[in-house]
Amino acid sequence: MTPARPARPGRRPRRFDRIPIWFTGSLLGIALLMIVGLLGLIMARGLGTFWPWPLWEVSVADGTRYLGLVHRTELIPQPAERSESPARRTLYRIGNRDVYGLDFVWVDDAQITHRTRPTEAVVLERLEWGPFYGFVQSVRTPIQAVQDDPARRWETLRRELPPARRRARAIRYIERRVVGNINTAMERHRLALRRLELRHALANPLGQAQQRRHEAAIADLNARYARVAADLRAKRQEDAQSRAVFASIDGHVIDLPMSAIVRVYRPNRLSVPGRVGVYLDRLREFVFDPPREANSEGGVAPAIFGTVMMTLLMSLVVVPLGILAALYLHEYARQGWLVSSVRIAVNNLAGVPSIVFGVFGLGFFCYFLGGTIDHLWFPERLPTPTFGGGGILWASLTLALLTVPVVIVATEEALAAVPNGLREASLACGATKFQTIWRVVLPSAVPGVLTGTILAMARGAGEVAPLMITGVVKLAPDLPIDQVAPFLHLERKFMHLGFHIYDVGFQSPNVEASKAMVYMTTLLLLGVVVCLNLAAMQIRGRLRAKLGGGDV
Amino acid sequence: MRPGLLLAVGRPLAVPRPVGPGGSLRAGEGPPPTAIDLETVSVWYGKVQAIHNVGMQIPERRITALIGPSGCGKSTLIRCLNRLNDLIEGIRIEGHIRLHGQDIHDPTLDVIELRKRVGMVFQKSNPFPKSIYENAAYGLRVNGEHRRAVLDQVIEQSLRRAALWEEVKDRLHTNALRLSGGQQQRLCIARAIAVEPEVLLLDEPCSALDPIATAKIEELLYSLKERYTIVIVTHNMQQAARVSDDTGFLLMGELIEFGATDTLFTTPQDARTEAYITGRFG
Ligand SMILES: Nc1ncnc2c1ncn2[C@@H]1O[C@H](COP(=O)(O)OP(=O)(O)OP(=O)(O)O)[C@@H](O)[C@H]1O
Ligand SMILES: [Mg+2]
Repeated sequence: MTPARPARPGRRPRRFDRIPIWFTGSLLGIALLMIVGLLGLIMARGLGTFWPWPLWEVSVADGTRYLGLVHRTELIPQPAERSESPARRTLYRIGNRDVYGLDFVWVDDAQITHRTRPTEAVVLERLEWGPFYGFVQSVRTPIQAVQDDPARRWETLRRELPPARRRARAIRYIERRVVGNINTAMERHRLALRRLELRHALANPLGQAQQRRHEAAIADLNARYARVAADLRAKRQEDAQSRAVFASIDGHVIDLPMSAIVRVYRPNRLSVPGRVGVYLDRLREFVFDPPREANSEGGVAPAIFGTVMMTLLMSLVVVPLGILAALYLHEYARQGWLVSSVRIAVNNLAGVPSIVFGVFGLGFFCYFLGGTIDHLWFPERLPTPTFGGGGILWASLTLALLTVPVVIVATEEALAAVPNGLREASLACGATKFQTIWRVVLPSAVPGVLTGTILAMARGAGEVAPLMITGVVKLAPDLPIDQVAPFLHLERKFMHLGFHIYDVGFQSPNVEASKAMVYMTTLLLLGVVVCLNLAAMQIRGRLRAKLGGGDV
Repeated sequence: MRPGLLLAVGRPLAVPRPVGPGGSLRAGEGPPPTAIDLETVSVWYGKVQAIHNVGMQIPERRITALIGPSGCGKSTLIRCLNRLNDLIEGIRIEGHIRLHGQDIHDPTLDVIELRKRVGMVFQKSNPFPKSIYENAAYGLRVNGEHRRAVLDQVIEQSLRRAALWEEVKDRLHTNALRLSGGQQQRLCIARAIAVEPEVLLLDEPCSALDPIATAKIEELLYSLKERYTIVIVTHNMQQAARVSDDTGFLLMGELIEFGATDTLFTTPQDARTEAYITGRFG
């Protein structure tokens, strides 16, 4: 007889219990790792862009010299049978596109005879042609010309830059605002004339009187324009007299008015605070300034503005639309196969490729709705479309359509979570169904609705494909909101961070130079989405606290 | 006070019966006027019949209790009285229910008006996630009353009647969900009586409360019956015995017995009633 073995206290089952935990845990870990890795890559590649890295002067064995920034290094690919230690080569950004034609040059590290960091080397960021790396040769103003001593040249340049910038700003103001206003006024009169013509009003004396008035106004404006243009010419001439001359490492000279200089600094002499200063200034330019040079330089402010405004407009449309639809589906409609199939259809709408929505938006909103509006209210501007082309309004509506399923589903769930007891209590007090929904059900459902809004905003802000055909452009001359009446121009085309990424990254003539901008723009887009969501979450948190027993 | 009752229930009462002006109305007077008249009321949920041919006259300004085992149709019946059952899909109600002689299913009668006249308090307290003040003001507000002075006055009065005023008068604008369960239930009563209904329906108002809160609410009901006709559904037979003037016993959707509480609890006519109140089933 064998003695009864004591039962082992359930070790095996417990070990099996662990398996789901490991499995789910490791999957979550992988997902997190991928997200963190992606963010890390974007940040590492993006945030370094604006740092004033040192300028290297490199002499190569064949006698050529380069001045530039180290862009990246790599191993030279070699045939397998060669067994020497692998050689490296470095990509230098040598700038000076107007002189060299290309921004970059590969240098074999083995060929380098000499490498220094010249203290007087400057990085010149200018309005055109990208950065210039070289040395200050001379500085000329109407009263003096400095070319002897490098320190004095630098001093003079620094001193003359702010007034030059002020002059440039004054000129830009005249060009854009004063001339712009004249043009707008002129366009208004021209359109009024065209309107008279379309109404066949030119035959009667009243119409003729009006015509004379408009023509007089146009003549007046033309005279004003001539005066402004003369003034502008004078200002430009004056401005052109303050100039700086720079020389590249191999003796090419460029001579430009100081007002064309965006920023100039000597990276090899900068102290750490100085570097930080340059960094922050470039970061500020990136976030708050409009782009320059086919979007590859300057900032992305209009794109940020466009993205935020479009997302907000979209939310403004999608939230009421989604709430109304969900209210009908959940509170009013008799639950049956019809409602179920509508619900399934709505859910499937979320799976339709976004470009299809774009095509629909283009056909329905832009061409049909916009075209009708143009015919009814803006016939005098035809054939130039006003609302009949892409615009921020149509893009927002298209995205609203795209994201409405998200809001409907979230709202329906929120409505289902409102206890029936609350509805009954309200009805038992003598409230109508509408009062019950408006005063009791909806307030309780708002946090859920906001969840839907957050999801919709995140989806909408990151969407690009449908926007490309409904109103996004690579460079919009004017923002959709400005100081010209009626201030809100919903028919205008706009810029968008997502499209900006595509444009800068893949449509730019200088891909290598603008790569960093792509990372930064991506980071910014993520930031914008996060900010919008945080705002919505903040509101939702407050409401939750209120509904859950916080102060009302 | 009621020795027979004590015997029938078999346990001493935890709460002394409060003495109110209605307490002595009972003996020697003629039949009180009818507030709600039910005539052959039957209710179907789809194909299942939940109420069978119930007929009863609920007297005015008295407390009528409905007792019966779980699932016998008490809630169904009481929810017919303010037509809250209309919301349920697939329900069918037959027979006549008259409130002071007027058929409540009359198509010319506005169901919203009816619900203003017939208030209701539910088993699970369900204050709105709003302030105490807004909860009590709800019925008036949906009625279009926005004058602050009127609201203030009515709210104070109904909170006093619901015996809640002293506890909440300093925090009327805090969220009602911060109140205790018993306070919440009294707030629901205040909310229901703020619109001055003629009838107050209570569906197991004390089932989630401790004996002290229950006692408070019973006391409150007792004082409310001067002004309102009260119908209360309860699982708790002592409670029915303590607070009600009349009691109806429902079993499987049928009204087995309906009569004065004293009589029903001491000398039930039907064997099933006796079995139920002596605790042999249900
Ligand atoms: N919405 C509904 N649909 C279908 N059947 C229902 C519905 N509500 C109640 N019933 C059925 O009707 C019968 C009576 O239910 P009711 O809620 O009136 O019982 P009750 O007496 O209030 O019970 P309890 O004391 O447990 O609350 C039960 O058999 C129940 O299953
Ligand atoms: Mg019930």
